[in-house]
Order: sequence, then structure tokens, then C-alpha cells
Amino acid sequence: MPGFDFSNFNRNAALHARGVPLPKATSTGTTIVGCVYDNGVVIAADTRATSGPIVADKNCEKLHYIAPKIWCAGAGTAADTEFTTALISSNVELHSLSTGRDPRVITCMTMLKQHLFRYQGHIGAYLVVAGVDPTGVGLYTVHAHGSTDKLPYVTMGSGSLAAMSVFESMWQPDLDKEGAVTLCAEAIKAGIFNDLGSGSNVDVCVIEKDKPTNLMRNYEKPNERGLKERNYRFPRGTTAWLNQKIISKEDMKKYVTIETLSGDDNLAEKMEVDS
Amino acid sequence: MVAPHGVTGMLGEDGIHVDMQHLKSGEVNLGTSIMAINFKDGVILGADSRTTTGAYIANRVTDKLTQVHDTIWCCRSGSAADTQAVADIVSYHLNMYGVTNNEAPSTQVAASLFQELCYENKDALSAGIIIAGYDPRHGGQVYSIPLGGSLHKQSFAIGGSGSTYIYGYTDAHWREQMTEQEGIDFVRSALQEAIKWDGSSGGVIRLVVLTKKGAVRHLYLPDNGYTGPGVTN
Repeated sequence: MPGFDFSNFNRNAALHARGVPLPKATSTGTTIVGCVYDNGVVIAADTRATSGPIVADKNCEKLHYIAPKIWCAGAGTAADTEFTTALISSNVELHSLSTGRDPRVITCMTMLKQHLFRYQGHIGAYLVVAGVDPTGVGLYTVHAHGSTDKLPYVTMGSGSLAAMSVFESMWQPDLDKEGAVTLCAEAIKAGIFNDLGSGSNVDVCVIEKDKPTNLMRNYEKPNERGLKERNYRFPRGTTAWLNQKIISKEDMKKYVTIETLSGDDNLAEKMEVDS
Repeated sequence: MVAPHGVTGMLGEDGIHVDMQHLKSGEVNLGTSIMAINFKDGVILGADSRTTTGAYIANRVTDKLTQVHDTIWCCRSGSAADTQAVADIVSYHLNMYGVTNNEAPSTQVAASLFQELCYENKDALSAGIIIAGYDPRHGGQVYSIPLGGSLHKQSFAIGGSGSTYIYGYTDAHWREQMTEQEGIDFVRSALQEAIKWDGSSGGVIRLVVLTKKGAVRHLYLPDNGYTGPGVTN
């Protein structure tokens, strides 16, 4: 019969009703933070990507470009943060071209929240949106279900608790640029060292009024692999042997069939595999 | 029927049942104490400031009092995403109403818009909203829209998880035609009580006073037992 087959839907619903858990999506245990200061905003992220208990990438980039002066830090499902920010970045640029104005952080945040709300949390993107626009400095968090918050300092991801403890004990209302960068890096390091899902390096992005945006990739590398003092390479001749026997090609034919191949490039395709 | 822990669906003889009241895991929740009251010159809205994701406080200084027109505001409880989306849509419609009719919408119009969205999408939303507004023709008005999407005009309304603790308090202390200061004290002390008993409520107390003079915001911090600083704009 033509058309879609929905029989698996009923099977999945029945399995779900019997308590079989849904398959887990690949997600990034992450620490991302943001913090405003007198003349701009700083966002930062760790660089570990995980799939289950495996570290998939030791130095991935979680700071995403939206517009020259609007950047996004992403946690949650890696593919979703990547594609959502790319989509909104594209729409923000078209909007900016159409209006002839610089894009605003609140516009970007609204586009993100409406996109994510439409997908009812199935797009697993948890984002920190930050930037500078003609109205001033902006810093927001956007959750996968489409809710947003506006705060002077924010954290997200599995390392958000560790990072927030740094902000709650060290943040002050009159931070300068250097203070904000140091504080954000410190918060990310709290995530790197205390959260299993976060690790490796610190990426920082500084967005300042009337200045070009400064992306500091691997601003800190607190987990550099040190040189091993010893190795397990044994020198040639370590293993003793009692005798040695060299078998010629002719002798080998007694045990196996040998076929000599030409150096032809198309040969591999001609060979039958799994026949 | 109560599903075993961690299971949200059930297979019965007549099909599959899914608990729609159950929040999606990881959803941001406004475990809340909110209220709005009528007083002599208008209305007062009040709310705590706690937003939670499970046991974690995602925002301790949330603003749950949302402006949808000049002197029509709402208190949001339930899912943060759902209530923000609904308030944004209503805000858009009221702004359009304002410019096309060259006259500010009445509180009832705003409440009806909220009801339409909450009722028609009741299966997909978890939103408990209180609408309060001041318009020159009707004065101050308070409307409540609980989970099912019904609309109730009330002299005062309480909502959110913390409200269960203050039904007795508000009922015992409520008086019609209070002065502004009496109204503020009533809302503040009721919310203080709700915050005290409800673990999902906390942080600061935010108030908005709506009269013919417009909207005035108040803030009360836990640092000094919710006594100040008071007016913030």
C-alpha cells in the first residue's frame, strides 16, 4: 500500500507505556557562562564534547557566531545548538539587511525562543545569548522549551552549578573587562574540574561597545598533556629466540593458495567480497 | 490511576494513556506564589521570584509580573516557556488593538485573549495566569485563568503552588475597598507567608500597583524581612 507506514508509532507508544525508555540523544555535558561588565559582555565555554561516557572531542568549539557583535554559547544536543544558531544567524543577517540597521540581541533572543517553543523542547538547544547593540549590552539564557531569562551573570549546562557557585561568591556589580574575563574563565574552570561532563580548555569571547569582537580560542589550557618521563618501547632484540626459519614463497604454496595481483587501480572493485 | 515512578504512559484495554499534566523532563517550571487584588484606586499584582528546573533554582530574581499593555499586567505560573509564549502573543494582539482603535483595550479584552489561548490549547499548555488591569471605564479588575482555561472575575485572586498555603490567610484578612498602603501590606504579607511554607517559592517579592496614574513597581528583599526598598521606578 502506498504512503507512510505508521505502525512503528503504535509499537513505540506501547513500549513506552510498558516503561521502556526512549533512546538517548547525543548530548554535550557542558559548562557555559556569561557576564556583563560596564562596557560590554563576556561569554565563555569549556571545550569537551561527549557521547555517553566517551569524550568525543577534546577541543571542540561551543561559542557560536550569530552576528559580528552577537555571539552564542551552546549546551545540550551538539547538533541542535550548531544548526539552531546557524539558522538564526542567517535570519538575523537577512533581517539586518532588510531593515538597514545593526541587529539587536533581543531580536535574536526572540527568534530563538519562538523557534525552540515551536518544537516543544525536541530541539535540545540550551543557549546563552550575548551581545552589544544600539540599545546597549544584552545577556540572556534560552532553554530548549523556549523560556528565557535576563540576568547580569548566567550559567548553563551540566557544569552550571559549579560555575554559578563561583559567580555567587565572586561577582560584583562594578566589574571591568579584565575582571569579567577572569571571572568567566574561573567559572568555566570550576566546571572543568568539578563536573564530569565538562573538561579540557577555556574559550572566551569578549564583545565590547565600539570595539571589534575578540574571540579568544583556548584562552586557558589547564589540562595540557605533560611529556611522559618513561615509555613502553622495548629496544630491538629484547626478546630472545631459540631458532629461526625462513619460509620461501614456494614452500608457502603447500599450505595456502597464493594469487599474485597486478598494480591495477580497478582491481579492488573486481574482487568479490562476502561472496 | 497513578503511574509508577519514572513512567508517564500506561497501556490499558482501551488504548494508551499518557499523563499530559506531567511536565517534560528538564522543563523550566514556575513553582510559584502569585496574587492580584482590587483596592480603592486600582489593582495590585504580586509575585515571588523563584524559577526552578527540578531541584535547581534557575533564576532567583525572576520577574513573573509581565506587562501586556500600559496598565494591563499578568502574573504567570506553570511552565515558564508556555506562559512567556502566551503573554507574548497577547501582548502583540493588545498592541495591535491599541493602535487600530486608537484607544487602550479594556482588561476584559485582555483576559478574553488569554482565555482563548489557554482553552483552545489546554492539552499542550501548563499555564495558570492571573490578569489584572486598570482602565478608566471599569477601574481596576482582576481575572483568573486556572489550568483548564476557564475565566473567573474576582475581587482578588491567588495562584501557583504556594497559594495553597494562604487560602486561609487571605480569606481571614481580605477587606473590600482597602487603601493603597493597606493593599500593599496585604499582598506582601500574604506572599511572605506563601514563601515561608512553599519550597518552590522564594527570592524577592515583586509588586506592581496599577491606578489611573499608571504602573508603579515595588521590590521587597528577604535581606530585611521583606520591608524594603519599596518603590523602584
